[in-house]
Amino acid sequence: MIEFRGVTKQYPDGTVAVGGVDLVVPPRTTTVLVGTSGSGKTTLLRMINRMVDPTDGAVLIDGTDVATVDPVRLRRSIGYVMQNSGLLPHRTVLDNVMTVPLLKGTRRQTARARAMELLETVGLDASLAQKYPAQLSGGQQQRVGVARGLAADPNILLMDEPFGAVDPLVRQELQQELRRLQRELGKTVVFVTHDIDEAFLLGDQVVLLRTGGRVVQSGEPAEFLASPADDFVSGFVGADRGRRRLRLEEVGGRRVVVDEDGRPAGVLEP
Amino acid sequence: MNLFADAIAWLLDPANWGGPSGISARLLQHLAVSAVVLVIAAVIALPIGGLIGHTGRGKQLAVMVSGGLRALPTLGVLTLFGLWLGIGLRAPVLALVILAIPPLLAGAYAGFESVDRRTVDAARAMGMRETQIVGKVELPIGLPIVVGGIRSAALQVIATAMLAAYLADVGLGRFIFEGLKTRDYAQMLGASLLVILLALVVDGAFALLQRLVTPTGVRLARSARTGTEPARKRTPARRTITEGNPV
Repeated sequence: MIEFRGVTKQYPDGTVAVGGVDLVVPPRTTTVLVGTSGSGKTTLLRMINRMVDPTDGAVLIDGTDVATVDPVRLRRSIGYVMQNSGLLPHRTVLDNVMTVPLLKGTRRQTARARAMELLETVGLDASLAQKYPAQLSGGQQQRVGVARGLAADPNILLMDEPFGAVDPLVRQELQQELRRLQRELGKTVVFVTHDIDEAFLLGDQVVLLRTGGRVVQSGEPAEFLASPADDFVSGFVGADRGRRRLRLEEVGGRRVVVDEDGRPAGVLEP
Repeated sequence: MNLFADAIAWLLDPANWGGPSGISARLLQHLAVSAVVLVIAAVIALPIGGLIGHTGRGKQLAVMVSGGLRALPTLGVLTLFGLWLGIGLRAPVLALVILAIPPLLAGAYAGFESVDRRTVDAARAMGMRETQIVGKVELPIGLPIVVGGIRSAALQVIATAMLAAYLADVGLGRFIFEGLKTRDYAQMLGASLLVILLALVVDGAFALLQRLVTPTGVRLARSARTGTEPARKRTPARRTITEGNPV
C-alpha cells in the first residue's frame, strides 16, 4: 500500500506543484493519476521513488516513510516506465531489461533467463533481444520499457504516460496488454495520464488532479460519471458533452445505445 | 619549387635522421612532449568538463574561462613563463597545457551534455548511483565527442609544440630555429612538412578512435534520425494476446 499524507511540493520560486495531497493507493490495484499539464500528477508519481522529495508531508510504502529509505535502494525496488521508454541507446534490448537485476547483484545468467522470459511476457519476439532500441518501433520500445520495469520483480510499478508517444492503434493494443499483464501479475500500479479515457480503461481507482496539484475527485471510474464532484470534473470527463450522454433507442427489436446526436455507441445486452 | 625539392631532399637524406639531434630523435621528442602536455591537460580538463556536463552547472564559467584561454597568444605566454621559470621544458609544457585545456574542456562537457536528459533521468529512476550514471551511461554515449575534444587538442599541441624549441633543446622546432639562424630554408621547410604530416597522421588516428568508441546502438540511433536506416519493422504482437484485444 502506498499512502500520501498531506504531501506538498513547493518550488523555491513559489510555484506549488502538489498542494496537500492525501491519497491511499491500495495494493495490487491500478491507480491512475489524471489531470491537465501542470496538475502535478507526474510530480506526485515521482515522489514514490524519491525522484522528487516533498517539501511537506510524507509518502509511505507499507507504513515506511520513503524519506527514511536510501533513494537508490528504493528505486531499484520499484519499477519505472516512462513516456519515451527511456531505454539506454547504447545497450541491446536484452541488456536494457537486465539493467536493474544486474545493479541489484543478480547473477548474469539468472538475469538473462529472466529477461528473455519477460520479453515473451510483454509480447516481444526473442529475436529482438540483441537489437538496439533505435531498431525498434515506438510500440516495441514501450514494451521493452515495461519489461525493464518488471525485471527486478517489483511490487510497485510506476508508469509515467507510458503510451503517450505512440500512435492511437498501438496505444490501444498496449493498453489492452497492460490490462492482461495486470490480471496476471497483480502489481500495485500507479499510472499517470492526461487522457481520461485511458484512465477509465485502466484504473481501478482514478484520481483527478487540477492545477496546483490538488485532488478534485477520486474513486472508481463510474463514480466520475455518476456523481461528478463539480463542474470541472464533469467538464474534464466529458459528462456534459454528447459522447458521454447516452440513451436507448429501439432498433429492430433490440435496444441500441446512442449518444446525444443519435450516433450508435453499442448494443444493450439483455 | 627548388626550395621545395631541397626540403624533400633534406628529409630523405639518411644523414639527417640519425644521432641525438637527428630527425628521428627530434620526432620522438616532439611526440613525447605533446603526449605529456595532453596527459596533464586531460587530467585537469576532462574531469571538470565531465562534471559540468553531468551537473549542467558552471557551463557559463567554463565557456568564459576557455574563451579567455583561447585568446591568449601562446608565444606571449611562453615568453612570460620563460622569464619566470627559465630555460627548459617547464615553461613550454605549461604554455601548451593552457593551449590544450579549452578544446578538452569543451569536448568533455559537450560529450556529457549530448546525452539525452531523459535517458539520464530514466537511469536514475531505475536506481543507478550518480557514479554509475557517469560511468555506464554518460561516458559511453558521450565518448566520441570527448575523444573529438582530445583530437582537436592533439592537433593544436602537435602544431604548436614547435615552440618548445624556443626555450629547450627539444622537438622538431629545433630545425626551424636552427634553420632561421643559419638561413637553411630547406631544413626549415622540411621540418614544417614533417610536423604537418605528423599532425595529419595523429588526427587520422584519433578519427579512427572516435569511430571505434561510438557504441553501435548510438550509431544506429543517429542514422535512424537522419533517415538512412531501412524502414523500421514492426513484429506483430504475440498471438496469445488476441483475447485481450479490442474487437
